[in-house]
Amino acid sequence: MFIIGELINGMYQNIGKAIKDKDKPAIQECALKQIKAGADALDINCGPASKDPVTDIKWLVETVQEVTDKPLALDSSKPGVIESGLKVIKNKAIINSTTADQQKLDILIPLAKQYGAKLIGLTISTKGVPQTKDQRLELAAMIISSASDKGFPPQDLYIDPIVLPVNVAQAQMPDIIESIHEFKIVCEPPVNTIVGLSNVSQGTQARNLINRTFLVMAVTRGLDAAILDPLDRELMDAAITAELILNKQIYCDSYLDAYRKKS
Amino acid sequence: MELATDNWQQAVSVVSIGAANQEGGSRSNVVHIGGEKGLPFLGGRDAMPHKPQVAYEIWDSAPLDWPQELAAQYKDFFSDPLAWAQMCVEKYHAQLICLKLAGAHPDSGDKTPDAEAKLVAQLLKKVKVPLVIVGCGDDAKDNLVIPACCEAAKGERCLIGSAVTDNYKTITASVLADGHNIIAESPIDINIAKQLNILISDMGLPLERIVINPTIGALGYGLEYAYSIMERARLAALSGDKTVASPFICFVAQESWRAKEAKAAQSDFPAWGPDKERGIIWEVITATALLQAGADLLVMRHPAAVEKVNRYIDKMMGG
Repeated sequence: MFIIGELINGMYQNIGKAIKDKDKPAIQECALKQIKAGADALDINCGPASKDPVTDIKWLVETVQEVTDKPLALDSSKPGVIESGLKVIKNKAIINSTTADQQKLDILIPLAKQYGAKLIGLTISTKGVPQTKDQRLELAAMIISSASDKGFPPQDLYIDPIVLPVNVAQAQMPDIIESIHEFKIVCEPPVNTIVGLSNVSQGTQARNLINRTFLVMAVTRGLDAAILDPLDRELMDAAITAELILNKQIYCDSYLDAYRKKS
Repeated sequence: MELATDNWQQAVSVVSIGAANQEGGSRSNVVHIGGEKGLPFLGGRDAMPHKPQVAYEIWDSAPLDWPQELAAQYKDFFSDPLAWAQMCVEKYHAQLICLKLAGAHPDSGDKTPDAEAKLVAQLLKKVKVPLVIVGCGDDAKDNLVIPACCEAAKGERCLIGSAVTDNYKTITASVLADGHNIIAESPIDINIAKQLNILISDMGLPLERIVINPTIGALGYGLEYAYSIMERARLAALSGDKTVASPFICFVAQESWRAKEAKAAQSDFPAWGPDKERGIIWEVITATALLQAGADLLVMRHPAAVEKVNRYIDKMMGG
């Protein structure tokens, strides 16, 4: 499973402060901790408080790639911020993210092609959040066909069904899980699937348990990647074990440590 | 027609056996094994940068249980391992010699660590090809003999075995201290193979210096079981699991010549044909099947079998 660590996000107080103070060691420590815990890539988000995200994302990218060559997911809803990050990135890039709006697809797909980046596509549009799995599939199909029209390979595309908090949209949970499977069969070769995990437990009292239960359920339906907190050890253990049970990793007594040391 | 091959994520690690002058050793050649970027013999030279190799197996003492046809090839040298090795290099053009320290076993010779270390030192002078050195299989004795031999061969970058899950620390420490590579042996069990590689690398020996001995069975004696274990490990390695991305060493002759079909006399089984040929065929078929499973280094005995297997390797490599 491809794990993108979510902790370099200006919305967290320590990171927000580090961005403001240009405190490189604090950011770099956060990057290395996530990698040690098993992250394959790192999300980079300036956060809502950043007054100048176009500049801040450059500083974050440069700071993080001083200490790791792992892929970086440039996380912003503004294409201008993403492009600013792409201009200075040396590591592999992931664009996080486009929505299923033609205007955004027309900007971000060519940008992803230009920089050899992977692209996360959210099944959401200006019309709002989808309510059923059919709506999710329709938005996914729109992203996939737009990518295909522009010659962007489906293997580099990650489709996100948009995970809603269980205490807000409980009735949608089965559909969200099922969407992951449907995304996988909509084209050949299949696209990748991804979730921004932590949203599922937003506002609940049992966040860690809900996160890891959802993740395991999603893995069984073909989830390829997740943006999550890799420092949540039980969450990572559950993800690793789910893949073990699906015969994607070879068992050995130290399989948890072996997974974390894999690269 | 173009061959459809997969694009894999990761290559098998390359293990270099033998150190030449400029690297602090005294070998005339260095043998590289591993490095596959795909399944065996598919995808050309790029996907298989180093061809599989054969090591000639010699013993430190006379093997008592080798069948007649096999023993006949070497019996004049049983009392002189140095001359035996030299003959393999000069007459049969061996690229590697595998010295089995069978005579160190408490039940069959009980040779001392000093005597075995001396033999290793002499052998390194006598022949200039890289060496594979394997212990007698008695854990307690190997823990005395292997460190002595590692030291005697310091800097020659030998391949030393065998580490097993119940006994890997002493041998790993010696291999680490004296700059060799290690054979990690598991009993036809992929889970143990993976675990042992992790245990060894946790002691500080890089995964890139480990060669897996998956333990094999000869044709008719579990060959397909060994095949499937090797294939599974190799597929996992190519898919990104670094902990099993080691080359394989297979002790082909040891298993083949134990098979009843390899050694039974024609007078006992007239329908089986001449036993003079049968053992060779058994060794060749076992070896070639394992090459298809991903074997990188074969330890073999009969020169006629080695010759046939080398020809097979060259043909499969497109030569």
